[in-house]
Amino acid sequence: MAERDLRTVSTATNPDIDAAGFTVDSAVSSIAIAAPATPAGKPEGFSVVGKSTPKVNAFAAVTGAAIFADDVVLPRMLHGKLLRSTKPHARLIKVDCSRALELPGVVAVATGADIPVRYGILPSSPDETVLAYDTVRYVGDPIAAVVADDELTAEEALDLIDVTYEPLPSIMTIDAALRDDLPQIHANPRRTNNVHKEVHLEFGDMGAGFADADRIFEDEYFFEGNTHAPMEEHSVVAAFGADSKLTIWASTQTPHYLHRIAAQVLEMPASRIRVIAPPVGGGFGGKTEPFAHELAAAYLSCKTGRPVKITLTRQEVFYAHRGRHPVKMRIKTGVKRDGTITACHLQTWLDGGAYGSYGVATTYYTGALSTVTYKIPAYKFDGCRVFTNKPPCGPKRGHGTTQPRFAFECHLDAIADALGIDAAEYRKRIAVDPHSTTVNGLRITSCGLRECIDAAAMRTDYAAKRARKQKGKGIGIAASTYLCGAGLPIYWNEMPHSGAIVKVDRGGGVTVYCGTSECGQGSEHMLAAIVAETLGIDVMDVRVCSGDTDLTPVDLGSYSSRVTFMAGNAARQAAARVRSQIADVAAAKLGIAVDRVGFALRRVFDVDKPENAINFLEAAQATEAKLGTIAGVGSYAPPPGIAGDFKGSGVGPSPAYSYSACVAEVDVDLETGAVTVEKITLAHDVGRAINPDSVEGQIEGGVYMGLGEALMEEQIFRAGEHKIPNLLDYKTPTILDMPPVESIIIETDDAEGPFGAKEAGQGPLNPVIPAIANAVADAIGARVYSTPVTPEKVLKALDAASGGVLRLRKPAPPATPREPVAP
Amino acid sequence: MSVAPPKVLLAMHVNGADVECAFSPSKTLLEVVREDLGLTGTKHGCEMGHCGACTVLVDGVPVLSCLELAVEAEGREVTTVEGLARGAEMHPVQAAFAECGAAQCGYCTPGFLMSAAALLDGADGRTLTQPEIAEALAGNLCRCTGYTKIIEAVALANGRMAEQSRG
Repeated sequence: MAERDLRTVSTATNPDIDAAGFTVDSAVSSIAIAAPATPAGKPEGFSVVGKSTPKVNAFAAVTGAAIFADDVVLPRMLHGKLLRSTKPHARLIKVDCSRALELPGVVAVATGADIPVRYGILPSSPDETVLAYDTVRYVGDPIAAVVADDELTAEEALDLIDVTYEPLPSIMTIDAALRDDLPQIHANPRRTNNVHKEVHLEFGDMGAGFADADRIFEDEYFFEGNTHAPMEEHSVVAAFGADSKLTIWASTQTPHYLHRIAAQVLEMPASRIRVIAPPVGGGFGGKTEPFAHELAAAYLSCKTGRPVKITLTRQEVFYAHRGRHPVKMRIKTGVKRDGTITACHLQTWLDGGAYGSYGVATTYYTGALSTVTYKIPAYKFDGCRVFTNKPPCGPKRGHGTTQPRFAFECHLDAIADALGIDAAEYRKRIAVDPHSTTVNGLRITSCGLRECIDAAAMRTDYAAKRARKQKGKGIGIAASTYLCGAGLPIYWNEMPHSGAIVKVDRGGGVTVYCGTSECGQGSEHMLAAIVAETLGIDVMDVRVCSGDTDLTPVDLGSYSSRVTFMAGNAARQAAARVRSQIADVAAAKLGIAVDRVGFALRRVFDVDKPENAINFLEAAQATEAKLGTIAGVGSYAPPPGIAGDFKGSGVGPSPAYSYSACVAEVDVDLETGAVTVEKITLAHDVGRAINPDSVEGQIEGGVYMGLGEALMEEQIFRAGEHKIPNLLDYKTPTILDMPPVESIIIETDDAEGPFGAKEAGQGPLNPVIPAIANAVADAIGARVYSTPVTPEKVLKALDAASGGVLRLRKPAPPATPREPVAP
Repeated sequence: MSVAPPKVLLAMHVNGADVECAFSPSKTLLEVVREDLGLTGTKHGCEMGHCGACTVLVDGVPVLSCLELAVEAEGREVTTVEGLARGAEMHPVQAAFAECGAAQCGYCTPGFLMSAAALLDGADGRTLTQPEIAEALAGNLCRCTGYTKIIEAVALANGRMAEQSRG
C-alpha cells in the first residue's frame, strides 16, 4: 500500500480531530518515520502513554457542554427539598406534613416511616435510614422530603411541616462520647458509651522492641476535622418510568454502590434500576456513598411517576459532609541511637459524627499504613471511633491515613532532632525497601520513597536551608504512602473490582465501556490513553462510555485511588484481547508471524520491517469480515496474598503503593503568627505517568488541599450547630493563597500497574500537612501539635517555648501577697 | 401552581442574540440563564456570592449571576460560557484551559473562563503579570487544581492574544 493512500485514510477517518484543529502527533500523517513497536505487555517506546495531551473530556469542560447531574432536565420533572433537623440530638415525636400537602403545587411528601429500610455504605454499619425514623442525630439530619412543581414551592412547603422534638443531651466531643452517663446516639446494648468501633492489633514483639530501644519518644497530636467542599453541590435526578424501571442520575463517585443500596432501600430488583454518573463536579471522597437526597428522590419518583430532582444547597453540602474525621492521636516510638525504629505504638480516637459511613474502614486506616512507609519491626495499633451529634464523617482524600501521617511525620522530626540526625536523611534511613513485606503482612512492590526524598531535598537545597536557623524562616520535609486501590471490595464478593469492554467500530473508532466515575481526576483520559496505546491509535480516536450501570461493566468507583490501577488494567486487558484478534488477521495479511505484528500511529505493521503495514481501519475491517463483531472484555481483581491473615487485615492491603515526599518552605511572622507558605516541592512516585500533565494536576491539587487543611480548613461547631456552613467562613485557599508548586514525577514502573502506573489522586496530599507543620516548627523553634496551624496556635507555641515570657503573658502574680492598704 | 410572583416578559440580549424570556421577577440571573434559557454551562456553587462558579459577563464585566436579579439584565449584553466561542472556534482562553489541564472536574471552569475572558479581552494585547491574573481570578474558587494550571492557561492565552493583536 502506498504512503499516500495511508495518509489519506488516516486523516479521513478522523474528521472531528482535523476540523477542531487539535494537534495530533504530527507523525500520524508522516508514516515514513519508523514507528515504535509497543508490543502488548512490553512497556517501551510508547506513543500515547507518557505524553501530555489535552484530556479527552477537556473540550466539553471548557465549553460548558459537560452535563452535570443538576444540568439534567426532564419533562414533567418535580423539584424536591429535604426538611432537616434543627436539633443536634432529639427524639422525633411527630412529623406532621398535612399543612405542607395542602400547599398548591406540592405533589408528595415522604417521612422516615415511608422508607424504613436501614442501610449503610459498609454492610457492618447499617445505621442510616433515608429520613429520620425516630431520632435525629445532628443538625441537618434529614427528616422529610417534599416534591413540588418548582423548587420555591417545595422550599415553602418545608416551613409547613410541623415537627415535634423531644431534645436529648447532645454529645459533641470525643471525651463526651466516651462517658458512660450520656444517652447513646445509636442504641448498643453491648456498650454503655458512644463508641462505634474499637480496633486492637499487635504485630511483632512489642515488649522486646521497647526493651531494645535506646530512647523512647511519646507525643500527642490532634487533627481537626474538615470537609471536601467540592464546587458542585450534590444533585440527583430520578425518573421512574411506566416500564417500572428507575433511572438515577447522581453526582456520585460510586454509581455501583448507589445501585446496590438503592435496590435494597427501595426494595426493587437491581435489574430494574439504572444509575448514571454524569461528570462529577469534584468529589474528594465526599460523594462515595448513597445520600438521603438520592434515595428520597428515587422513592418519590416511584411514588409520583414523575422525574424528581433534588439539588443540595451549599449549607446542606456541609451537613451531608462524610469528610475528614477529627482524630486525637498518641504515638510512642522506641528507637536505637541511629534512629532505627524498634517498636511503635499508635493510638487513635476518631470523632465519627452521627453515623457509621465508612468509619469502620477509616478507623483501621488510621493505623494501617504506618508500616508501609517506614520499617517498623513491632507495631501495636489501638483505634477507637465514637459517635457524636455532628454531620457524619467519612472518607476524604487520604482517607484516615492523613491524620496519623501528620502526627507521625511531626513525631519523626522530633526524634530526628533529638538524635541529631537530619530529618531528610533520617527518613531515608528508615524507609521501607521495595519488594518487602511489612510486619502486619502488607506486600510492598515498587517503592520510590528514597528517590522522592532525594529529589525533593535536592531541588530545594534542603540541607543548606535547614542548617541556616533563621528565626521566622523554615523548611520542613515529610514523606508518605498511599494505596493504589483497596485490596478488598466494600461488600464481600469474589467478582472483579473492575471490568471494561472495548469495541471497534467499522469506521476505525474505538469505544471503551467502563463503570468508572469521572470526578476530575482524569479517569476518562486514562482509559482512552490505555486503550489507544494498546491498539496503536490516537487517544482522540477512543470514545469513553463510563459510569452507567446499564451500559458499562462494574467498576467499584472512584475511591481509594483505585481507578488507574484497577480500571486501567481491566481496560488494558480488554484492549489487548481486541488487539490479539486484529493481530491474527493482520499477520495473515502482512504475511508474517503474529508475534511480529506491531500497533502504533494508527498502523498495524511488521515490527521488523515497519514499512510492511496496513492502516488500523483496514486491519479492523478485515478482522470484522473474518471473525465478526470486534469486542474484547477485561477484568481486574487484586492478586491473592497481598494481606496478612488476621481479623481486620482487609483494610490496608493494595496491589501497589505510591510514595511521596514534600518539602515546604515557610515564612512565619513572629509578631502575628501568620504563616506564609513560600513554596511547596513535591516528588511523587506514580509508577508511570500515563498523562504527565494530569499527574502534575493531581499533585498540585493535593498540595492545594493539604495547604488548606494545614493552615485554615476546619469544621467547627457551637451549641450543637455547624458554626460556618458556607464557603465564605469555611476558609479554603484562594488563588492568592497558593504558593508556587514544583511537582517532580518519579517513575518506578510498577510490574502490575497498567503500563507501570500507580496512583496520584490522594497520595500527594498526605505529606503536605506535616511538611508545613515541620517547616513552621523549624521557623519558630517550637511545635504546633494540632491542625490547622493558625496564627493563634503559632503564637501560643512561641509563648510556651519561651516559658511564657514572650507574649500572651498572663499577668504575673505579685511577688509577695499584697498587704491591705491601710485606711 | 407556584408560590413565586407572576412572570414578567423580558427582552434580553444573550450571547449575541435577542431573546424574549418570561420568568418570575424574583429569579436571579443565574436561575434564568440555567432554567429558562437552558444555558446550563453556567454553574452554581453557593448561591451566596462566595464561590464565583456562576460568573457571567454583563456588558463585558464579570458579574456573580447568583446575586443579580435577572430583570436587571434587561437591555444589557449577557455573555455566558456558551457565548465565548466564535462559532466552532474556541476563545483562546478555552483552548488554553484544555491544553494546560486547567480544568479538572470542570465545574468551576465556566466561572473562571468568564473572569479570565474579561481580563484578557480588556488587556488589549498587553502582557499581564501573574499578580494581575491572580487578582482578577481571586473571586473564583477551585477545589481541584490548586490554581497553578489555571494561571498557566490564562498566561498562555494572554501571550497568544498579544501575538495575534500584533498581527
